[in-house]
Amino acid sequence: MGLLWLILFLVGASFFGFLLPVATLSTPFLQYLLQAVILGGLAYLLWRSLDDSRRSAVSRNLLIGTPYFWLMALFLVPFAIVLKISLSDVALARPPYLPHFDWATGIGAFLAELDFENFVFLTEDDLYWKAYLSSLKIAVISTVLTLLVGYPIAYGMARTPAEWRPTLMMLVILPFWTSFLIRVYAWMGILSNEGFLNQFLMWTGIISEPLTILNTNTAVYIGIVYTYLPFMILPIYAALERLDESLIEAAEDLGCSRLLAFWLVTIPMSKNGIIAGSFLVFIPALGEFVIPSLLGGSGTLMIGKVLWEEFFSNRDWPVASAVAIVLLLLLVVPIVLFQRNQQKQQEADQ
Amino acid sequence: MTSTVFAPWEDAEAKPLIHFQNVTKRFGDFVAIDDLTIDIYEREFYALLGPSGCGKTTLMRMLAGFETPTEGTIHLAGQDIAPVPPNKRAVNMMFQSYALFPHLSVWDNIAFGLKRQNMPKHNITERVEEMLRLTRLEKFARRKPHQISGGQRQRVALARSLAKAPKLLLLDEPLGALDKKLRQETQFELMDIQEKTGTTFVIVTHDQEEAMTVASRVAVMDHGKIIQVATPDRIYETPNSVYVADFIGDVNIIEGTASANGEDQYAVTWSEGQAPLNATSTTTFAEGQKCHLAIRPEKVTINADKPEGVDNLVQGKILDIAYLGNISTYYVELPSGTVIKAQTANTRRIARRSFTWEDTVWLSWTATAGVLLAE
Repeated sequence: MGLLWLILFLVGASFFGFLLPVATLSTPFLQYLLQAVILGGLAYLLWRSLDDSRRSAVSRNLLIGTPYFWLMALFLVPFAIVLKISLSDVALARPPYLPHFDWATGIGAFLAELDFENFVFLTEDDLYWKAYLSSLKIAVISTVLTLLVGYPIAYGMARTPAEWRPTLMMLVILPFWTSFLIRVYAWMGILSNEGFLNQFLMWTGIISEPLTILNTNTAVYIGIVYTYLPFMILPIYAALERLDESLIEAAEDLGCSRLLAFWLVTIPMSKNGIIAGSFLVFIPALGEFVIPSLLGGSGTLMIGKVLWEEFFSNRDWPVASAVAIVLLLLLVVPIVLFQRNQQKQQEADQ
Repeated sequence: MTSTVFAPWEDAEAKPLIHFQNVTKRFGDFVAIDDLTIDIYEREFYALLGPSGCGKTTLMRMLAGFETPTEGTIHLAGQDIAPVPPNKRAVNMMFQSYALFPHLSVWDNIAFGLKRQNMPKHNITERVEEMLRLTRLEKFARRKPHQISGGQRQRVALARSLAKAPKLLLLDEPLGALDKKLRQETQFELMDIQEKTGTTFVIVTHDQEEAMTVASRVAVMDHGKIIQVATPDRIYETPNSVYVADFIGDVNIIEGTASANGEDQYAVTWSEGQAPLNATSTTTFAEGQKCHLAIRPEKVTINADKPEGVDNLVQGKILDIAYLGNISTYYVELPSGTVIKAQTANTRRIARRSFTWEDTVWLSWTATAGVLLAE
């Protein structure tokens, strides 16, 4: 019991006494350090005061609680903030929206000022639903393209002798070592009118006039396929690598040609990999901003770009937040489907 | 009542279904099949028996079409099958791992091959139902392979490979994954199905008991060569080499030198101070030629008292007894240090057994009991 009092005393002291000298320390780093030491000490004392069964309960809860804590801190809290901004009104203020929570007027007055005006606005201006639709189209097409490019690569990787596979895997992952932004910039150099691609094609004599690729949707597709290819390859490769070779032989033995055996056995057996890879490409591609803004042209309409313009050009945080919330709701559907696929696969593996 | 014995291999007129002519298969420097010539006849149940790595699986995969011979030709029903791809051969294979399609139900697995040959739908249904009945799987038709037991999976694999009514069915260690009891049951089921369907079966196994049970003929292989092809009883009773005698069942091998002792009679000098052993052999041995006398333990009689009027008699001390319930194997050490195994059926209760460890006993066998082998 005495220990508990000691802890209470220390808590009080740290707030009223210790924090004063802490606050006067010159660098914020030292302040934080000292606070951390005090809190750590308190936690230690608390820990010492517990008996064994309590301790194990506390450590178990801590262990289970940690991911929830991060989920709260990094997902739910920011989401709540964005949701709140989307319900606010734009204003010449800092930050540029109203209302701000004020202790004086209380929570009732604060809530009364929130409304769905921005969401209604999204339905009124056809720019937004066109942008959503266009994003959806671009995301679907580029997912299909990535699948068409990625599947043969994954298949080839799974079919190479086992000693080469780690090297090939390395080559697939290697681009991640360079910044994503730099790699997209590099594509500008390749795709522009005076870029490597056009120079090469003109040198071989296939074309006489440079092709306009940069700042078109084609460039966006190239960019998305290139960027997200590893996300498609890896799950398909994982599925194909586990494929038992004797299944293909059995199919051939039962009268399938190579091609038919591929269609009737290999494809269905890698179905889960295809689904996982497609979602891993589709979900980020839907909200993609960097690729369309760097490689796309004025005609490329994507919701990520719209969001950026609302936020930074119009400084309309509430509408930008509303756009983000709707995008998130749209993404919930494929994310849930993806999760379900993963779960099914795990069950099948057991 | 007379029944004709099924033995097409003894009929010079009979045309073999499969004919291997000087087939060699190399993987790089490794010779998997070494200049092999065999015939397999229609309706045969042909067992390829040998230790792992002896080339028996390669032989089977060449029949299925997954490997092509490096040299030589393979004829199936008179036709050279080298250029025929696996999907065009009237040969089906039951894989060691069963290779059932996990994404298809039992029914669809069995129907898989039928659907590939443009069979009318109702015929497919009929055939699948028939196969399900044959393998007693009617209740499991709608299940996926991971929802049934190992024994049932094995039956699905069998049904799937039989569904197309192939001329030749290849079974690659088909019962390897089953426990002993289930394996024995399935062996008889296999023989039953083979008889009913009249299909030629080629089975690969390393289990000599299994080969003996199911096969009409057994081919013992070693290092890519066929050592002996014969019916199970011939393989067991008259092995052509020490390797075969040793590989199939339990055997006593006594080394010695042969000397003729009457027509087809030989005296084998084998140990200092012991009387020569008498053995009958139709193969001729030169005077003083090195030879091996192979005698099965069950053909050696064990007695506590010295028996009279026997062809071969040795005395020794019981070193060990392996009690297997129905039979016992006695390991008897002779004064020369040689250990000879003798097997007797336990017709009396164990408490009334006339000898035990360290007892001095007499072992005897007839001149015709053993086989005299050159190597």
